[in-house]
Amino acid sequence: MTYQIVFGAASVLAVVSALGVVLSGNPFRSALWLIMNLASLATFYLLLDAAFLAAAQVIVYAGAVMIMFLFVIAYLGGSADEPTRDTPPWQLAVSLLAGGAIVAEVIVAIASHEFTGGPDVAGSFGSAQSVSVPLFGTYLLGFEVASVVLLVAAVGGVVLGARRPGPRAPGSTEPFVPRQPQLVPEAELQTAVMESQTLITPETARSDGG
Amino acid sequence: MKVGVEYFVGLSAVLFGIGLYGIFIRRSPMIILLSVELVLNAANLALIAFSRYRDDASGQVFALVVMAVAASEVVVGLGLVVAMSRRRAELDVDRLINLRN
Repeated sequence: MTYQIVFGAASVLAVVSALGVVLSGNPFRSALWLIMNLASLATFYLLLDAAFLAAAQVIVYAGAVMIMFLFVIAYLGGSADEPTRDTPPWQLAVSLLAGGAIVAEVIVAIASHEFTGGPDVAGSFGSAQSVSVPLFGTYLLGFEVASVVLLVAAVGGVVLGARRPGPRAPGSTEPFVPRQPQLVPEAELQTAVMESQTLITPETARSDGG
Repeated sequence: MKVGVEYFVGLSAVLFGIGLYGIFIRRSPMIILLSVELVLNAANLALIAFSRYRDDASGQVFALVVMAVAASEVVVGLGLVVAMSRRRAELDVDRLINLRN
């Protein structure tokens, strides 16, 4: 009985938080709703005897991925908010149709099939050991490919996030030479400081950021 | 399993539909990325439910790989969003129609 109550509570929580993600106007709130959604999914994993996956869900998603999301949303500030323009009604209709079609399709599929109660599994099912045996045995190649994908994504993230020189003229073959720091003579130091105080505005300070 | 696998799969379909709706209807790239996370997690739930139903840990391995792909996708997506905001482009996927300039 407890099992059914936990399932019901977690499913209500999952659907409500998923709607919160999609319908919330503020990206920060959307991210917080998604954390709640991930937590309720971890509950489902525990109900399905997948203890290792539940722990990985909380550590990897709620711990690492969502922190990155919140960091970027906080960095972007108000500019991450939804651009306010009217959505054409046909877009709304097509979106509802596409989302509803998937749900209807799956519901028809599971309604037309007779499911048994599912087997009783050993107590070790879903433990780190029982997951790692196929992970490092049958699916070793997939595991390695996944690690390469992660590496490529990490390199891509660095490349995308690095500061680059501003846009050059198309067809320019001139190599980019970064501005070198220059030694300022002692006598000019005072004026240089005063000039820099007057010259650095948000516009000029960011002009080399591309 | 005291709750049938069909309930887990149906719930995963509902979450998938909500995420798909979000991808279609929202314009802010941040929220589209969050909706993609919803979709991937819905797929994970179905994988793990069937893994339990068939008493086969392979589904959980696939779920782990999906988690790795989702993390990579978030890194690249957020990198693009930060690059967009650095070029002071409006964070609106409908206006982002040029790859260059």
